[in-house]
Amino acid sequence: MKRKIPLVITFIVGIVVIISEFIPHKPFGRISGELENWYLIIAGFAIILGQMNLFKVNLFKIRYKQKNWQFYIITLISFIIMVSCGLFWGTENNPGLFGNAESITSVVGSKPFDYLFDNIYQHLQATMFSLLAFFIASAAYRAFIARTLESNLLLIAAILVMLGNTSLGSSLTCWLPENLKFLHLPNISSFIMKFPTTAGQRAIMIGAGLGIIGSSLRIILGIERSYLGGE
Amino acid sequence: MKKIIFLFFLFFTCLLFSEDILFEVNDIPNDDGSALQLRWNASNISAEKIVIERKDNGGKPTFVLETDKSTGEFVDGTEISTGIEYSYKLTAYNENNEILATANSVTFSKAQWFNFKKLSLLIMSLIMIISIVYYIYSARSGKELYIRKIAGLESMDESVGRATEMGRPILFIPGTLDLDDMQTIAGLTLLGRLAQKAAEYEADIIVPVCRSMVLSTAKEVVKEAYLKAGRPDAYKPDSVFYLTDDQFGFVAGVDGIIIREKPAANFFLGAFYAESLILAETGFSSGAIQTAGTAMPSQLPFFVVACDYTLIGEELFAASAYLSKEPHQLGSLKGQDMGKAVFVIALVIGIILEISGIHFLKDFLTIH
Repeated sequence: MKRKIPLVITFIVGIVVIISEFIPHKPFGRISGELENWYLIIAGFAIILGQMNLFKVNLFKIRYKQKNWQFYIITLISFIIMVSCGLFWGTENNPGLFGNAESITSVVGSKPFDYLFDNIYQHLQATMFSLLAFFIASAAYRAFIARTLESNLLLIAAILVMLGNTSLGSSLTCWLPENLKFLHLPNISSFIMKFPTTAGQRAIMIGAGLGIIGSSLRIILGIERSYLGGE
Repeated sequence: MKKIIFLFFLFFTCLLFSEDILFEVNDIPNDDGSALQLRWNASNISAEKIVIERKDNGGKPTFVLETDKSTGEFVDGTEISTGIEYSYKLTAYNENNEILATANSVTFSKAQWFNFKKLSLLIMSLIMIISIVYYIYSARSGKELYIRKIAGLESMDESVGRATEMGRPILFIPGTLDLDDMQTIAGLTLLGRLAQKAAEYEADIIVPVCRSMVLSTAKEVVKEAYLKAGRPDAYKPDSVFYLTDDQFGFVAGVDGIIIREKPAANFFLGAFYAESLILAETGFSSGAIQTAGTAMPSQLPFFVVACDYTLIGEELFAASAYLSKEPHQLGSLKGQDMGKAVFVIALVIGIILEISGIHFLKDFLTIH
């Protein structure tokens, strides 16, 4: 019974949503939108669940002094500070429980939550994002090592694309006559990006799209049950 | 007398020019009857301002639109209901705000029972459904089905075994999108199988998530998997936990876990964006055996470079069925492949027709 009810709900909802895609007449036409609203409501409540889990897991690690327990204190303190600032003094134009924190705003220039968001949070986020540049370099180094025919092709294509996007690439082939303009490095680079890359990406997208249809059908028909913990 | 002549003149002028205004209101086809399409052309009388009003069932006129365009289209979707007679009045004004002409149009809105714009989608979906159902029944009747090997999935046992031998945990990330994304669901179905395997091998599994909805689902999936493996006592409720909804906050948290816990095997299965390479490269530097899978074409190259095994696009969605080895699940995969073959044929025919200058197939398949 515990398994059958979710399977029946999945089947009915799945079929109704598929039908509603093709029938604009009421009530079918609006079912999909209504279900999305339900999802948003549930997701809104689930946020509280997530915050509670975060608090509980970190508190547990601190209480039992698990490995690196000091880090979890920082997480909890940051969490409490941000929630308190938002709750008590609000964010941007929204007032909090204690108003708009005019006295603090006159000193720091913005509300406490916004101040912390702009001056700490955003910088930390940018720091994490900037790591990507270094990781791209290290990953590219490994990927471009010429070992097999495929990796050689990848290396050649990468060099052409990279050079084609720089002024050096442009100046290297600028002497080519008009009838050999297609060999101009920026043109080769643009050709690689426009045709083989796009073709490959679209093939993956079409495959993924069909995969989604297949997976959805397996779930709707109750063939795929592993998400319920069963076969 | 002069006034009467003037009014007479004005009336006839209006009558004369009103014939030059084209104003029509029609029901929008293939919709739920909640909107009407308005079209007008008053370019002949050089109108400077167009005002359109609406009356429903003889009620008060309501303002619909004011524009300086003498030719145009507008979709009126405010409080339109089916079965009610709507009477529209267009008034054209000159630069002195004097009425140049008026035009009326009366119509009903209708709700349709089938959206013909999506006929091609229905046909394609039916092909897929019939193909999948046919192969499921073929597989159930005992027919041998060939499914090619997927290296990334074959290595799952190896990864769990390695984690057990090394006494280190397995890290599983079900992507960074919410439960309404199919990739996340595909990741969670794989999590169930992996957790079961981990329970059987007595390996620890860590599942940090960045969406609250995914948290509750992942918890249930892992719990059920431990139960199914006959090891409910080994299930740790805190092995699945929420970090943050923020993209890079989540990356920082997971990177910290990778550095501190040094998992023996990392699984990144779901939807990923810019965080893919940061996660995969950190995992690579920790020496973990890594399996990734996503349908995000822009992130796949990063995973291919930094991970040992990568499930490309549809392989992620096929993974659960592939691992189950059950005939009806494998049958659905085969059906999916047959559906794909039909689409490839349609694609090739479409290309040939387009080159030949025949556009009907492209027009038919385009969903407006």
